[in-house]
Amino acid sequence: MNELLLGLADDELVIGWRDSEWTGIAPVLEEDVAFSSIAQNEIGHARAVYELLADDADALAFDRALEEYRCAPLVELRLLDWAHTIARRWLYEVADEIRIAALMEDGDPRVAGLAAKINREEAYHRMHAEMWHELLGETPPFRAAVEELWPYALGMLPVGQHDALAARVGRPPVEAVERGTHTNELAELWNEMTMVRRSAPAGAQW
Amino acid sequence: MVTAEQVWEAFADIPDPEIPVVSLVDLGVIRSVDVADGHVRVEFTPTFLGCPALEVMKRALEETVAALGAAADVRVISDDSWSTDKITPGGREKLRAAGFAPPAPREASAPKLVQLQSQVFRCPYCNSTQTKLENIFGPTPCRSLRYCKSCRQPFEQFKTI
Repeated sequence: MNELLLGLADDELVIGWRDSEWTGIAPVLEEDVAFSSIAQNEIGHARAVYELLADDADALAFDRALEEYRCAPLVELRLLDWAHTIARRWLYEVADEIRIAALMEDGDPRVAGLAAKINREEAYHRMHAEMWHELLGETPPFRAAVEELWPYALGMLPVGQHDALAARVGRPPVEAVERGTHTNELAELWNEMTMVRRSAPAGAQW
Repeated sequence: MVTAEQVWEAFADIPDPEIPVVSLVDLGVIRSVDVADGHVRVEFTPTFLGCPALEVMKRALEETVAALGAAADVRVISDDSWSTDKITPGGREKLRAAGFAPPAPREASAPKLVQLQSQVFRCPYCNSTQTKLENIFGPTPCRSLRYCKSCRQPFEQFKTI
């Protein structure tokens, strides 16, 4: 299994899940709509990548043990305030753009083609992140949130892409919170995310 | 024996599940139809990967082929070959008449926020370009929300991808 693609798909699934937690309770109605739509897109991207990796995307998404997930700790965090949520969305989109650009050059045309499609859709997520970054960028809560999440953001990318991310974010590289270990928040999320699937045998008709 | 032309004709009657004023042929999501030995092979390109209507569209294509008495093999092609530029001129007009502003043409580089915020998008009701971006996101992944300052009508703008 391609670990890089599995990590990307798991990131998209988990951040999509986290984004969806704002549905109905975002600070303004526009953001209820935005976060719901972004969540839907991210989970759609996860599904498309899982389909490249396995015949049954649902099985790959939901039938694994917690420790088999390859998502970055950045996406696992359960963030309860807006500054942290927006800081993560911004950092995530900047890092995601770097890795998607690399995948668009992949030797496997299926990977490169899918990356190009994902890139077209992500352009709108980047606009949303940029818009909020312009609004909140210099405010103390946002700056503090970026400071706190920065090591996690670096953990999304392989070391070879850290300098590119640092240049885009305008911060020096630090020790990253790497992929491979999981936060306690993921355990709770895994429990919730896989509950329906575990409660009904695979192949159940809905 | 069913022909490709008959299949295309039948597909032209399948409405988009979320915007039923346009058909799947109007949307340009059917890339090819090949008929051989009573088997119909269809290549279908998703609009947005997260679109919840994808499964419904795929099933509608399969059922339509089955109704013509042939076996369907519908393949979903998840690459960059579909763009909003594939929506047919007739499809764009149907969208506009139903109050959905058709998408701007795709450019080589990704669209930027400053473009969405500019006043180049026309109101589908009064044709004014005095329109303002309300939300990049809307009720489905493919639409943004705008407001016409001229006729004071909110409307949905197709995103360009």
